[in-house]
Amino acid sequence: MSSVTDEAMRAGQAPRRFGALYVAEHHVRIWRSYLGVNVVSAIGTPLLYLLAFGIGLGVLVGAGTGPGGVDGVDYFVFVAPALIATAAVTIASDEFTYPVMMGFKWNPIYLGMHAAPISPRQVAGGIVLFVSLRAFATCLVYFLVVAAFGAIPLATGVLTVPIATLTALAFGAPLLAYSAAQREDKGQFAVVQRVLVLPLTLFSGTLFPLEQLPVVLQPLGWLSPLWHGSELGRVVAYGADRPAWLVLVHLLTLVVFALVGWLIAVRIVTRRLES
Amino acid sequence: MTIISATGLVKRYGEVAAVDGVSFEVAPGESFGLLGPNGAGKSTTMRMIGAVSTRTSGELRVLGLDPDQHGPEIRSRLGVVPQQDNLDTELRVRENLITYGRYFGLPRRLVASRADELLEFAQLADRASAKVDELSGGMKRRLTIARALINDPRMLLLDEPTTGLDPQARHILWDRLFRLKEQGTTLLLTTHYMDEAEQLCDRLVVVDHGRIMAEGTPASLIREYSTREVLEVRFGSEHNAVAAGRLAGIGDRLEVLPDRVLVYASDGEAALVEVTARGLQPLTSLVRRSSLEDVFLRLTGRSLIE
Amino acid sequence: MTATTERSAPRRGAVTALYAGNARAVVGRGLVATRSSNWVVVISGFVEPIFYLLSLGIGLGAYIGTVTDAGGHEIPYAAYIAPALLAVSAMNGAIYDSTWNVFFKMNFGKLYQGMLATSLGPLDVALGEILLALFRGAVYGVGFQIVMQLLGLNLSWTALLAVPAVVLIAFGFAAIGMGITSYFRTFQQMEWIFIVMLPMFLLSATFFPITVYPEPVQWAVMALPLWHGVELVRGLTTGVIEPVMLVHVLYYLAMVVAGLFFTTRRLRALFLD
Ligand SMILES: Nc1ncnc2c1ncn2[C@@H]1O[C@H](COP(=O)(O)OP(=O)(O)OP(=O)(O)O)[C@@H](O)[C@H]1O
Ligand SMILES: [Mg+2]
Repeated sequence: MSSVTDEAMRAGQAPRRFGALYVAEHHVRIWRSYLGVNVVSAIGTPLLYLLAFGIGLGVLVGAGTGPGGVDGVDYFVFVAPALIATAAVTIASDEFTYPVMMGFKWNPIYLGMHAAPISPRQVAGGIVLFVSLRAFATCLVYFLVVAAFGAIPLATGVLTVPIATLTALAFGAPLLAYSAAQREDKGQFAVVQRVLVLPLTLFSGTLFPLEQLPVVLQPLGWLSPLWHGSELGRVVAYGADRPAWLVLVHLLTLVVFALVGWLIAVRIVTRRLES
Repeated sequence: MTIISATGLVKRYGEVAAVDGVSFEVAPGESFGLLGPNGAGKSTTMRMIGAVSTRTSGELRVLGLDPDQHGPEIRSRLGVVPQQDNLDTELRVRENLITYGRYFGLPRRLVASRADELLEFAQLADRASAKVDELSGGMKRRLTIARALINDPRMLLLDEPTTGLDPQARHILWDRLFRLKEQGTTLLLTTHYMDEAEQLCDRLVVVDHGRIMAEGTPASLIREYSTREVLEVRFGSEHNAVAAGRLAGIGDRLEVLPDRVLVYASDGEAALVEVTARGLQPLTSLVRRSSLEDVFLRLTGRSLIE
Repeated sequence: MTATTERSAPRRGAVTALYAGNARAVVGRGLVATRSSNWVVVISGFVEPIFYLLSLGIGLGAYIGTVTDAGGHEIPYAAYIAPALLAVSAMNGAIYDSTWNVFFKMNFGKLYQGMLATSLGPLDVALGEILLALFRGAVYGVGFQIVMQLLGLNLSWTALLAVPAVVLIAFGFAAIGMGITSYFRTFQQMEWIFIVMLPMFLLSATFFPITVYPEPVQWAVMALPLWHGVELVRGLTTGVIEPVMLVHVLYYLAMVVAGLFFTTRRLRALFLD
């Protein structure tokens, strides 16, 4: 074969292997311009939530429940793992919606990356990698803040951070698939945010146990990765008493959501970039 | 009696002087052009005249009023066609005209009937209820011009009205503008197309780097800054400069461009005879009339379309 | 618009140069555009506060039971948070319309550019956008009120006055929001708006009475605009009418005046360069 071909083959090796990293790097670069805002909100938000839910709402709830608290613990201990998971889900629902469509349409960086030797799978992988990174970092800060205030009694509580990151992916991978399929902005992201993300967040046993809801509304929680993530978090954070099979169901649900979402997302991104 | 008078007009953006001391006057009913390359300050001048940008210094009167003090009054008598279409993409074609008319405070019934007239004028009547995004570039441009006419303006500001259009669409537009001119509408337009300036302008200024380089009618500018004819010869990219050295003395003036050499002479054919007489064999040669392009080259040392 | 426009220090024109008295044309345009907008999006705006109400009112309400209102009555938790959610959604809508929406249209869309080439002045555009925001706020407010009525969370006939109160709240936030937007240049700066709104949302007696906090914190919360809005609307829907409500109203009137003052002063920077 000619030397030009050899050269191209060699030049293509690095992108082939590490393409997803390059895509993630691009996103991290953009993220840096928002870093100041993000750091303030990553530290400030959990403090605020503790102030609002731990102290404020806790007083009301405590007056209602008596000394037993919620699920056998103080209200803010009950809420803390859910706050961490919610933070991750919020990041996923921000990053996997508008910016994805932006990258395919208005500022078509993904098309540009694909014109360079990066495969559609790596484009999707890079996005996922970046969001995982951002979710992980943010949740770690959240964890440190709430733990500093004694809201995480057990040492295994640190596992809330990877659990929350997994929750973000379980929530986000299907969302990525949806967003990558959108060709025009007709306000559908606002709709998805309001009628899908919001109820899945609100009816998912974060601020109160799911059983408090009327039976008709409870299935909403079962469908919500956030419920599974929060419950897992509670098990590791304060040893919430859940049967082993249920813990397994939570974990499996998260993994299945993330995997199926990922597979569909790769297919859609490939179709989008290669048609 | 002037409709626009500018004296020492300056607009700075930080350190950049986009417009750097420009003076000119336009009479009612006149067709006046600003001709210049990218970044010359044409659009900036138009925006100050259109009372949507405040000047940094200098004097400006539009319809006898100061745009900084009387923006709404001035704009109500103007029609503006910006360089880039800014049609309302959330509205349909006819709605665009009607809504725009309402911005001038015109009664709904009047606006509705004018909108229908203008749709005819712009040959868009069959597209009245189309979405703006469904129109072609030329149709959008025509709609923008129709929109600028909704308030029956005394003066029309056209910023590169035909850039990006195909020749046929340009001719349709020129025809429409010519009719307006015949009806007595003052036209102020910017362009970097020579033929457009020659077709539409009674008088024009050549601007570069925010300054006026020359002023006059197209014919007088050509007379003053160029010869009657131009001989264009090409010797191949590597050889133009060398060949030019051997052309000295032919015609009034030589201009060496990367891809060709221009010989300015009153008689182009005679100049070509002289070129071959010196033993030079151009790959191609062309004799043409001088145009504003040549005026521009003379004044700025640069080609107009980069 | 770029930062450099700042330094060129445009000379001042009179307000007459900014206003043609035709804000209704801008409102008219907004209504025509809404007519052809995506109705699912419009309707989904209604459900947002309703989800909050159902989730927190029912789920959390089961734990909390009743809350003591300003008049010393025990009221259901859902009746306690519903007016707060009404005020919050008025705030969110108004802030969104006057900051992101305006910022986006100004910097990316060319809509304002087209409007300002007509006899409209920047003040017409600003007022028109604010009026549209108020109109939307009122429509959503009425929708939420109907839901409250159906769920039996309006405890007094004075709840009827909550809708004008919501419009006033929206007016205050929209005016301030637009004033703030005129100082902003990048999207990153816009993000800070939400960082400020979150504590306000969480702490302004929305979900629990501020009496759970020590006195200094209470005073700080009482300085925030949302607290006044929440208290005003809650007083009306629960029927506890007190003279202090006048203070709430005055607070919002002051916001409107201050917001419009800054907006007008900065209008050239906002819309012209
Ligand atoms: N809003 C602005 N901020 C900063 N600089 C500006 C702004 N608008 C124009 N300029 C600068 O002023 C100069 C003149 O720009 P202008 O748009 O008037 O040129 P033009 O003659 O219309 O060019 P073109 O043919 O490309 O449209 C350019 O250097 C441009 O970068
Ligand atoms: Mg221009």
